[in-house]
Amino acid sequence: MNQTEFVKLITPFKDKVFRLAKRLLVSTEEAEDATQEVLVKLWDKKNGLDKYNSVEAFAMTITKNYCLDQLKSKRAGNLQIVHNNYTDGQAGMQKQLEDRDSLGWVEKIIDGLPEQQRMIVQFRDVEQYEFEEIAKMMDMNETAVRVALSRARKTIREFMTKTHNYGIG
Amino acid sequence: MELDRIEILLEKYFEGETSIAEEKELKAYFSSADVAQHLEHYKAMFGYFSSAKEQKFEQQIPLKSRKLQVAWLSVAASIVIMLGMFTFYNRNINQSEDLGTYNDPEKAFEETQKALNLLSKNVNVGVESMQYVNEYQESKNLIFKN
Repeated sequence: MNQTEFVKLITPFKDKVFRLAKRLLVSTEEAEDATQEVLVKLWDKKNGLDKYNSVEAFAMTITKNYCLDQLKSKRAGNLQIVHNNYTDGQAGMQKQLEDRDSLGWVEKIIDGLPEQQRMIVQFRDVEQYEFEEIAKMMDMNETAVRVALSRARKTIREFMTKTHNYGIG
Repeated sequence: MELDRIEILLEKYFEGETSIAEEKELKAYFSSADVAQHLEHYKAMFGYFSSAKEQKFEQQIPLKSRKLQVAWLSVAASIVIMLGMFTFYNRNINQSEDLGTYNDPEKAFEETQKALNLLSKNVNVGVESMQYVNEYQESKNLIFKN
């Protein structure tokens, strides 16, 4: 496989890789770095890619694992700073409630979900993958994916209803 | 679109039981202008999903690892430093080796004479100034005759 073929192969899903990385890592710079790492990993494996039914699903799995590793090592680093544990609390909530930009508000709610739910929301509601594909990428069964998705959506709804009421009252 | 259908779809949506097609229908409804008042707060949610899909990876597609690039960069930097030190020291050595030699013996002789003349002239300047001291000695001898 040469470079042009490779670029053609990854073009349809490189944005999805980036969006998943951003969903998990939040920071744009880190997501860009992660995307580059994932694409390099794919390029290094370019001769074995034929084995996979869907290179896209494979890429998403790599992205997921890479980002979770990044988060893990970041958290391990954060543990040393004890005061970090106290910072995110009511003050953050208050600030979030004041956020007038409702789309940014939704983003904050989603980014506050557990990682698994975040990824599933990203896969389903943003990228519109079928449950079967999501199950494969997440290494879960379809029912578990549906349950997690339902839970995530309900959490978002709960927050939305709350802010909506605050907004009116 | 009838409101009843949307409400049923929403119910299914939150249970995680809608299909992709039905979810598209919901997205279309909530991006339209006439959303029922009591459903207004879902607008931002579906709006966000659509806008989140717009984000693009703008950077160039890299085919070599960043880490590898950094490694090469450090190798290149050390080579540059070594080259710099090499030329710097070489230049110094060249300077100390340059003794102002002449290939033509006659010219070399002339130059040597010139240099020696200059040297003796300067030495004489020193000696001339010593003549005054001699004068003192003489006049002292005149006055104090032993």
